[in-house]
Formats: sequence, structure tokens, C-alpha cells
Amino acid sequence: MTPAIERTTEQRAPHGKSRMRPGDVVRVGTTGLRSRPTRAILSALGIAIGISAMIAVVGISSSSQAKLNNDLQSLGTNMLTAQAGKDIFGKPTTLPANTVAQIQRINGVESASSTAALANHHIYRNSLIAPGQTGGLSVQVADLNLLNVVSGKIRTGTWLNRATAEYPAVVLGADTADRLGIHTPGSSVRIGNQNFTVVGILDPVPLAPDLNTAALIGSEIAARLFGFDGNPVRIYERSSDESVETVRPLIAPTANPQAPRDVEVSRPSDALAAKYAADQAFTGLLLGLGSIALLVGGIGVANTMVISVLERRREIGLRRALGATRGHIRSQFLVEALLLSAMGGVVGAALGTGVTAIIATANGWPVAVPWPVLGAGVLATLAIGAIAGLYPAIRAARTPPTTALSG
Amino acid sequence: MTEIIRLKGVSRSYGQPPTNALSEVDLMVEAGEFVAIVGPSGSGKSTMLNLLGTVDRPSAGTATIDGAAVNGLSDSMLSALRAYRIGFVFQQFHLSEGITATENVADGLLYTGVPRAERQRRAHAALKRVGLEHRLGHKPHQLSGGERQRVAIARAVAGNPPLLLADEPTGNLDSVSGATIIELLHELNRQGTTVLVITHDTELASQLPRQITLRDGRIVADSGRVSS
Repeated sequence: MTPAIERTTEQRAPHGKSRMRPGDVVRVGTTGLRSRPTRAILSALGIAIGISAMIAVVGISSSSQAKLNNDLQSLGTNMLTAQAGKDIFGKPTTLPANTVAQIQRINGVESASSTAALANHHIYRNSLIAPGQTGGLSVQVADLNLLNVVSGKIRTGTWLNRATAEYPAVVLGADTADRLGIHTPGSSVRIGNQNFTVVGILDPVPLAPDLNTAALIGSEIAARLFGFDGNPVRIYERSSDESVETVRPLIAPTANPQAPRDVEVSRPSDALAAKYAADQAFTGLLLGLGSIALLVGGIGVANTMVISVLERRREIGLRRALGATRGHIRSQFLVEALLLSAMGGVVGAALGTGVTAIIATANGWPVAVPWPVLGAGVLATLAIGAIAGLYPAIRAARTPPTTALSG
Repeated sequence: MTEIIRLKGVSRSYGQPPTNALSEVDLMVEAGEFVAIVGPSGSGKSTMLNLLGTVDRPSAGTATIDGAAVNGLSDSMLSALRAYRIGFVFQQFHLSEGITATENVADGLLYTGVPRAERQRRAHAALKRVGLEHRLGHKPHQLSGGERQRVAIARAVAGNPPLLLADEPTGNLDSVSGATIIELLHELNRQGTTVLVITHDTELASQLPRQITLRDGRIVADSGRVSS
């Protein structure tokens, strides 16, 4: 091509450039989708499934986190527990009888309570049960203020009081009640060789899960019937939120000055958070699977587009004859791929949100849809559509108009 | 009269080793002519039409269409030439199924940047020009073959291009429909459009003012310009 020719042409050209209005670019981009709706829906479905899986995974996980945050908020993160560990010979130890009183003297401590498991006594539905069948349940001596300190709730019946603590009365943890098959107060159970009357059943206690499998009795009756020596095994302590960290190192030496290393101090809310972190790892795995689904969906779109370009050589030729530039053809197929995956993205986002809402509601969690993730998901589908559509679009633009028109 | 087509020593070869579909063709067509290009299959008619329609470029020689040297133009400039200056009519009509006659014709102006409402208006005018004002909202499958070809012609002339290229426009039609199409092309020619028709129907060609006969990629006969 010589510059002279270029110049004369430009001087001469009385007509405008080949151009398309933006609205037309989008409209023409939908022709393929409108003429083959089933194929469009099926290939968009691949994208939709991928994106909905990802959003549902993130949504469900963040809903359960919202639930956890709510729980921690209401339960409080200011509770510490101290447990008598094993001594250097591996023997279980107990704490001194005055431990609770000592703990309460620490600066910042608001309340404290204790339990003591009775290692040699178990609870049974009745006297006919073989002694070996303990069901993994423990009998524990509880302080009367225990329920307040651990934020426990009575599901039915009453908690122990000064009077019932002296009599064979027992309060069952939630799992204990289930395993014994007892759902109403007033039932009779067997502890050791004695009949005890169930006076109350607890709701599950998230901050003190060992209470769920416990049967709680008063210290007076325990001393009278089972020779309980008054030495607690586990201490529950509440302090103000700010002083948790200053109180924590003081608990072990206060509880057992002779052997502070035998005392294990822990923060149950940390355990809940750790459990959540473990769930997070699983979420990451599912997210990986979701992104693979999205990738496969993107390949599906690319495949559909490649076939579409081959099938529509005639249409491409016609459009070229009508004045479309290579760029117009390229943008037509690129827009088509973008619309295809955007369609999948929007449907997938709606689907993922719906699944999140259903699962969160079914579990009694607050529905927490992560909007930034939703937006990022739809943007990701657009990016996938652009990548998936690029090669077919370039191929379409390279289709020579003559071969496209012949036949 | 100004010239609208000038081919000078134009060859077009395909493949390796190259075989010439068109060999050293010289041709000049003035604006306002009505020309038939005839010849048997494989004589190079379609190659010639592709070159005249600027969807293809010559391997050798120079092609000047509507004053533009095809060899030196970029893809976008050639596309602009087709969008504004050249209308195509095909044997298989190439209408889009599923959209109305009006929309099909309006698509002829799609790449000129004309707003949609204006395209529709001009499409109506073009359909009226080909005598289909009663078929504006019909879809291709609701039309007869002759009507479909008239829609295709309306699409080709919606932008009033000075050059109309028709590739076997009556090839898929019965003789009555074919005659109306030829009459329509005559009418468009009378209104000033330069019309080139490719056909292997010598009887049809003989009715036209000028016949160019191709054989084996060369012009073997030219009835000559009918000077006006």
C-alpha cells in the first residue's frame, strides 16, 4: 500500500466510517442467545452452578459465623475455666475445698463457681441397667450459682436450691436427659444405689459443654450419700471483659498454690472460635470446588461460542457484506459470551443467595449474605465470559467474508 | 458519466501452487450501467463479484471501486465502503429467520451508525420501493421466495448505495418471481443505481443492456458499454 493511495482515498471518501451505536452492539450481541435459547440457557447454567456454589458456601459460612458472633455476644467471652489436671504420676487431682473463695478474691473476678465429678458413681435410668452401661454420662456436684456463671438455662423444671441440694434431687444436662429418655421433671433415676428425682433439665450450655452430659446434684446430698469431700474439680470464673487477660495467669496459682502446674486454665469462647476456624478450613476447600465448577462453566461457554462461530459463518459473511468491520464481529461475539456468562452469574448469585437463606433459616442462623462476595462473583463471571469469548470472537473476526458467504 | 468500477490486470489465485480463479481481467463500468456477468460454473463469476464487492482483494492488478483503490484500504475502510456504497443480493437471500422484514431491511443500515428508529423508517421506505409495504411485519418464513428476495433487495438498497451487486438473484426462484425481481432491478437501475448481476442464465442476461462473458477466469466477450 502506498501513501499516495491512502491520501487520495481519504480525500475522496464522501461517506462516513463503518460504525455501530452502543445500543446496537448489545442488541446484536443477543441475536445468538435469542436464536438458540436452549443452548444459551444450558451453557449459562454451568456458570450459574459454579457461582451459586461459591456464594452459597461463603454465605452459609458467614451466616454460621454471624450466629457464632451472636452467641459469643450473649454468652460473653469473659469466662475462664480452671480444671484440676493430673499429677506427675498421671493420677487425677482435685482442687482445695476453698478454691472458689480464693478465686473470688482475685482482682477483677466477678463470680466463680465449681463442679466436681464423682468418678465412682454413675447415673442410670433405673436399677435394672447393668453398671457398665454408663452411657458416657457423669455425675457432678454443682455449686448453686453454677447456672448463672456459665450462662446456662433451664429448659424445664427448676435449678437446684438450698433445699433440694440436701435431698436426692438431680438436674440433668441436655444430652443426659436425651440419653436417659427423660423429658419431664419428677421422673426417677438411679445414682449409685439411690433413687434420685429429676427436678430440672438444662438447655445445652455452649460455654460448658461437659455439663450437657452431666447429672448435677447438690454438695450436701453428695457428701451424705457418696462421701463427697468438698474438693472441686473444675472452676468456672467470670471477670470483666478488660481484666480477662490479667486474671488468667493468676488463676492456677490461686486455685492450687502447691501445684499450680496441675491446673489447666482455658477460655471456652476460644474453643468455640477455634471450632469455627476449623469450619473455615472446610469452607476454603468447598470454595475451591466451587471455583472449579465455575472454571468448567467458563469452558462450557467457550465451547458453545466456538461451535456458534462455526455454525454462523454465513451470518458473519452477511454482516461483513453489510459493512461490519472485523472489530464489529469480534465485539458481537465477545458481547454474546459476556451476556451468556453474566446471565449465568446473575442467576447463580440469586440461586446462591436463596440456598444460603434456606440453609441459614433451617439452622436458625441469621441470614448473612456477603454482598462484596456477591458483587465479586458477578464480576468474576464477567471476567470468565471475556476470557471464554476472546478466542471464539477472534476466530469469528478472522473468518474471511467470502468463505462465509459461499454456500 | 463517471466510472464506478475499474479492474486493471486483476488476477486472483488460490492455494499452493496457485491456481488462477481470475486472470488479468480488465473491466470498466460506468455509473448507471446495468451489467450481466455470465459464464459457466467455475468461470470465476463469484470471484469477480467478491472482488467487486470488496470482500476479497486481488492477488495482482488493481481494483478501483467507487473511486477507492481496494488494494490499499484497511479492513475498516473496506467495511465502510460496503456499508455505505455497495449493496449485496444473494441467491439464498440470507435473511435472518425470526425477525420481521422491516428488521431484516433495517439491519442493512446497522453498520452506518444510524439510530434505530431512523433505520426502521428507511426500512419502511425501502420495502415500499420494492412493493412490499403490506409485508412489513412478516417474518421470512411467512413470505414467498420472490418476496424474500425482494426483502433482500430492499435491505441492499436501504442506504441508497450507488452500486448493487446481485449473485444469481433469480437462481432459487420460479420464472414468474424471477421476472419480477429482474423488473425490480431494472427499476432501481432507472433510478440511478449501477447494477451488476451474476447469472448463468443466458436468456436472462440477454435482456440486459450489457453482457460480460467469463470463461476460465478471463473475459471472453463483452457486449460493450451502452453509452448514454
